[in-house]
Amino acid sequence: MQADAGTTEPRIQVSNLTVAYGDFVIMRDLNFTVKQGDIFIIMGGSGCGKSTLLRVLVGLKEPAQGTVTYRQGSLWDVDDEKRSAILRRTGVLFQSGALFSSMTLAENISLPLQQYTSLPAKDIRELASLKLALVGLSGFEDFYPSEISGGMCKRAGLARAMALDPDILFFDEPSAGLDPVSAHLLDELILELRDSLKATFVVVTHELASIFDIGSNSVYLDVETRTMTASGNPTTLLETTTDPLLRRFLTRGKE
Amino acid sequence: MQRPDTNSPAPSCRVSAASGALLATLSGPWLITSPAPAPDASPAALLRALEATPRPARLAFESSGVTGWDSSLLSALRAVLAKAAATGVQADLSGLPEGVAALLDLAAKVPERKGAARHSVSEPFLERVGGLALSVRDGFEGLTEFLGDVTLACLNLARGRAVFQRSELLSLIKQSGLDALPIVSLISLLVGLILAFVGAIQLRQFGAQIYVSTIVGIAMVRVMGAIMTGIIMAGRTGAAFAAELGTMQVNEEIDALRTFGFSPTEFLVLPRMLALVLMMPLLCVYADLMGVLGGFIVGVVMLDINPMQYLTTTWQSVPLVNFWIGLTHSTVFGVLIALAGCYRGMRCGRSALAVGQATTSAVVTSIMSIIIATAVLTVLCEILGF
Ligand SMILES: Nc1ncnc2c1ncn2[C@@H]1O[C@H](COP(=O)(O)OP(=O)(O)O)[C@@H](O)[C@H]1O
Ligand SMILES: [Mg+2]
Repeated sequence: MQADAGTTEPRIQVSNLTVAYGDFVIMRDLNFTVKQGDIFIIMGGSGCGKSTLLRVLVGLKEPAQGTVTYRQGSLWDVDDEKRSAILRRTGVLFQSGALFSSMTLAENISLPLQQYTSLPAKDIRELASLKLALVGLSGFEDFYPSEISGGMCKRAGLARAMALDPDILFFDEPSAGLDPVSAHLLDELILELRDSLKATFVVVTHELASIFDIGSNSVYLDVETRTMTASGNPTTLLETTTDPLLRRFLTRGKE
Repeated sequence: MQRPDTNSPAPSCRVSAASGALLATLSGPWLITSPAPAPDASPAALLRALEATPRPARLAFESSGVTGWDSSLLSALRAVLAKAAATGVQADLSGLPEGVAALLDLAAKVPERKGAARHSVSEPFLERVGGLALSVRDGFEGLTEFLGDVTLACLNLARGRAVFQRSELLSLIKQSGLDALPIVSLISLLVGLILAFVGAIQLRQFGAQIYVSTIVGIAMVRVMGAIMTGIIMAGRTGAAFAAELGTMQVNEEIDALRTFGFSPTEFLVLPRMLALVLMMPLLCVYADLMGVLGGFIVGVVMLDINPMQYLTTTWQSVPLVNFWIGLTHSTVFGVLIALAGCYRGMRCGRSALAVGQATTSAVVTSIMSIIIATAVLTVLCEILGF
């Protein structure tokens, strides 16, 4: 199930990026390009700053330095309106699912549709059902997030992230907290969606099985040096890298 | 704190020295639930022996008398071994129960991460003052930013461009208006009763009972109705706003809203503010009526005032301007409570503890600002001659 490499059209270009909380630098000197059709993996140990980097990529946090450039422009050099137009073409699945707890699953998915389309209520409802069916949750339209399991919340979050048919989907640890079978099914779902929707995926994860199964490109963030120490196709990295830390990461510490 | 239990035996650790080597003889149950060892047979004695001069060369253990062990033995030994390493005494672990040495090795395997532990350093006085000043400035910046966002959201609302859910507004109106009626009724009725009761005791001495209606009427309508509803709503609705928004923050729901291009201020703060600003004056009028009813009960039942007479005196002796002053107070309180609750909720950290703190400080901030606003409004009324 090796993923094939993406085409060459760049979707997101990150250059000289430094992310920090106040004076506390989390990561510096990040340079990488996410290409159309990629499943781009951001990997690294817990607490190394993967989620923080993701927040910068999706416009929730301003970088201390450097640029994040989408096809339509540089995220932090355009005005707010342009930025939200760029970000409307992206979807985010947060680590916890982040479903709106006061709304049913169908309402969760309908919310962006109501705002950004002029479709009648019935069509919106049908679209929401379709998205839920795509992630294997048909019949759960009227459930509240507190009434379904963690894995189902993740999948519902994915359905909501896909609500506006985005070009780029961001996932923060999609398989964390899922059993191995569900995690594998989620990986399959990501591959299918990539092929059928022609979307690009950026996935934060430290699950080795996922990394090798779905990743077509990756960066490795190192917690000690606070920067990226490797990038490329994960399988190729495993075969070629000589960096002991990365080798340990990719072999679960067995080498 | 371990309670001394006379029924169960205590563990012990006896130290004996022979030809420059220490032998620690462990015995008894080394369990978390066991009582503390006697002072002369505790690991502390062993620690002292390790520091003694002349320094012992080696430390060995004897443990055939140990009847059971768990992490309490491990943690005692860990301290002993750390001391032995520091004083340069060779420790021989072979005499320990099976498994203990392996666990101690495991605990020592990953060295302590340098700089990871937080040390509470006592900062010099000036540094603390500076830190306080900086945090006040940060708080002030955060507040002005929030108020700016709210102002923009209100402008968008006026232009009909604000994005929020009408259905949510309705349910908020119900929550903060209708659902508050029972508690507002109870408290205002009691306040009216108390005011009338206290007034009656004094006024009866002069045969001026009828003025109870005036006292209760003016006090309730002018300011007490508004203050009582304000304080009830601060504890009830302001706290709820902070907790709701804080939990949404913890749950990344607010981030999710942002990624869809929604402004959280418009989507979450605006409907809450609207609901409170609409409901507070209504609740205030209702509280005024309940308060007057409380006074009425005392007047009619206790003071034998004619019911019609009580009502007409109230109507005639309370100038209408008091009513408007009361309404102004309650509208201002509504804005303040909503702002305080939403501000604390939106700035909440990402933990359960932070939600608790946000809720607490929302209530404190609301009540403080209600009191301050009352003072300011009273002075204003005085200046304007109302
Ligand atoms: N709000 C915050 N303020 C300060 N430091 C933070 C904050 N959030 C996270 N961090 C720090 O940033 C680092 C990276 O966190 P995160 O991006 O969540 O890691 P990951 O997702 O890779 O596990 C951690 O060391 C954490 O302590
Ligand atoms: Mg994370």
